[in-house]
Amino acid sequence: MSDLLLKLRDLHTDIGQYHILHGVDLEVPRGQVTMLLGRNGAGKTTTLRSIMGILPPHRGAVTLDGRAVTGLNSALIARQGVALVPEDMGIFANLTVEENLTLASLDGPPDPKRLERIFTAFPALRTFWKGRAGTLSGGQKQMLSVARAMISERRLYLIDEPSKGLAPAIVSTLAKALRELKSEGATILMVEQNFRLAKALGDRAAVMDNGRVIWSGAMADLASAPDLQSRLMGLSLEDHT
Amino acid sequence: MLKSVFSGSGPGSKLLIVLALIVFLGLALTPFLFSGTRAMETGAKIAIFIVLVASYDLLLGYTGIVSFAHTVFFGFGAYGVALATQRMGSGWDALALGTLGGVALSVVLAFGVAMFSLRVRAIFFAMITMAVASAIAVLVSQLSWLTGGEDGMNIKIPRELTPAFRMDLEIFGTKITGRVLNYYLVFFSAFALFLLMLRVVSSPFGRVLQAIRENPFRAEAIGYRVVVYRTVATCLSAAIAALAGALFAIWLRYVGPDTTLSAELMIDILLMVVIGGMGTLWGAVLGAAIFVLAQSYLQVLMAQGAAATAALPLIPDLLNPDRWLLWLGLLFILSVYFFPTGIVGRLKAVK
Repeated sequence: MSDLLLKLRDLHTDIGQYHILHGVDLEVPRGQVTMLLGRNGAGKTTTLRSIMGILPPHRGAVTLDGRAVTGLNSALIARQGVALVPEDMGIFANLTVEENLTLASLDGPPDPKRLERIFTAFPALRTFWKGRAGTLSGGQKQMLSVARAMISERRLYLIDEPSKGLAPAIVSTLAKALRELKSEGATILMVEQNFRLAKALGDRAAVMDNGRVIWSGAMADLASAPDLQSRLMGLSLEDHT
Repeated sequence: MLKSVFSGSGPGSKLLIVLALIVFLGLALTPFLFSGTRAMETGAKIAIFIVLVASYDLLLGYTGIVSFAHTVFFGFGAYGVALATQRMGSGWDALALGTLGGVALSVVLAFGVAMFSLRVRAIFFAMITMAVASAIAVLVSQLSWLTGGEDGMNIKIPRELTPAFRMDLEIFGTKITGRVLNYYLVFFSAFALFLLMLRVVSSPFGRVLQAIRENPFRAEAIGYRVVVYRTVATCLSAAIAALAGALFAIWLRYVGPDTTLSAELMIDILLMVVIGGMGTLWGAVLGAAIFVLAQSYLQVLMAQGAAATAALPLIPDLLNPDRWLLWLGLLFILSVYFFPTGIVGRLKAVK
């Protein structure tokens, strides 16, 4: 197995009075796409937010490339090369597309080569370059949100349900861009409910339930075992797609 | 060319450009266009308040910080000049040192307030600033051995800036006195400070501030320390307010709690930002111009109106100059009702 970029050990995170994560153990190998699967409320989004430092875990450790980043301020974690594409996209609606991307490029102005690649993947962003991001459609906002992560070289991409609520044509545009990102050797930890997309992109899978990782292994093993899927996630996902 | 002067943050809509130009030319030519001291008083006050209100907008409009302590920094600048000239005499060095002292103290206090309270929720921050503001106002009025108390202090300024100084020079029928020179000191300083603020908001720093206003958590998650940016914005805004205060003191040659530290002044600043429009800086230009003009001339207009309608029932009573606050209040209610996003927000929407 290739070396690990990210390792979570016994992660416990609360939101207010609720215990959401009850000891998450997860390994994300470098240069691979790891899919985080599971029912709604299993703690997938909370896991991503805990890694990013938005919800600091009260127990356990997050190790990035051998260095502990547990409990660091999320800005500092971002500057270690971790980019989160949040579930709600989180674009800055009052700023232009250009400003959104420039802000996300932490080390100076955006690299023209990367920008060109983003434009090729998401032509709409070129069209609305000077327009306010708030006027974009839902799908375009998601593209901007993903593009914001792609604007600089990152060590780790955390992507939360990019396909949620989007039309199939836009989902396939996003899938193509993510596949390209993967082929460049990016390390991605992604939450995805759309099992077909998860299957197509993922190298590895981790299934969560009730605040823990209950199964992890190769995506292929999970994809080829419908009974395992229904045991882990409580429903046949093949029917669900 | 203009684009680079405005640092790429121009007024935006055509009508707005025209209005901003009217304000600019009006202020630039006040000593020559209008006779009498009242016009110059009003012009200088508008110029200073544009800076003060814009610096407040830097906080409120660009960073989403509600602070009621802005008058404190304005006051520090003014009292800095007063104290320095009282001890060092009426030289330029006293003005410079007083201004710098006021700015430095403002930055220190702003930093302290920011450290204490930017971590708490907005409403608590607003309350803390309110407490600081009234504490300082009380302190200044009580420490009369230092500040002159409620009476305030008169300020001695260099002779070149006083009406007594006359040059043998007349332009368009206006004698160039020290008062005119003083006016242009205020005008050009205010203009430079406004351009500086435009530069700040269109810089990458200003972009981060806008991102923070919209979604602080997201700004943090893409790599910007929100606390650091908010603190820097607070200090910058305080420093500029102190500079405006110093200009005000030099212009008025007087400083007192009512003119620089009062709660009414704070409310005036808030109103000017809201009427002009938040988050554009150009709103400060229009807000301050309209507000100060109304403050200075509404009574005059009403007196004329009352005289003209003297024969009619009731109307002259309504237009009695003593009732000017009623009309000012009505103007505010109407402007907030019809321009909820401020005049600039409204103008930008119609383009």
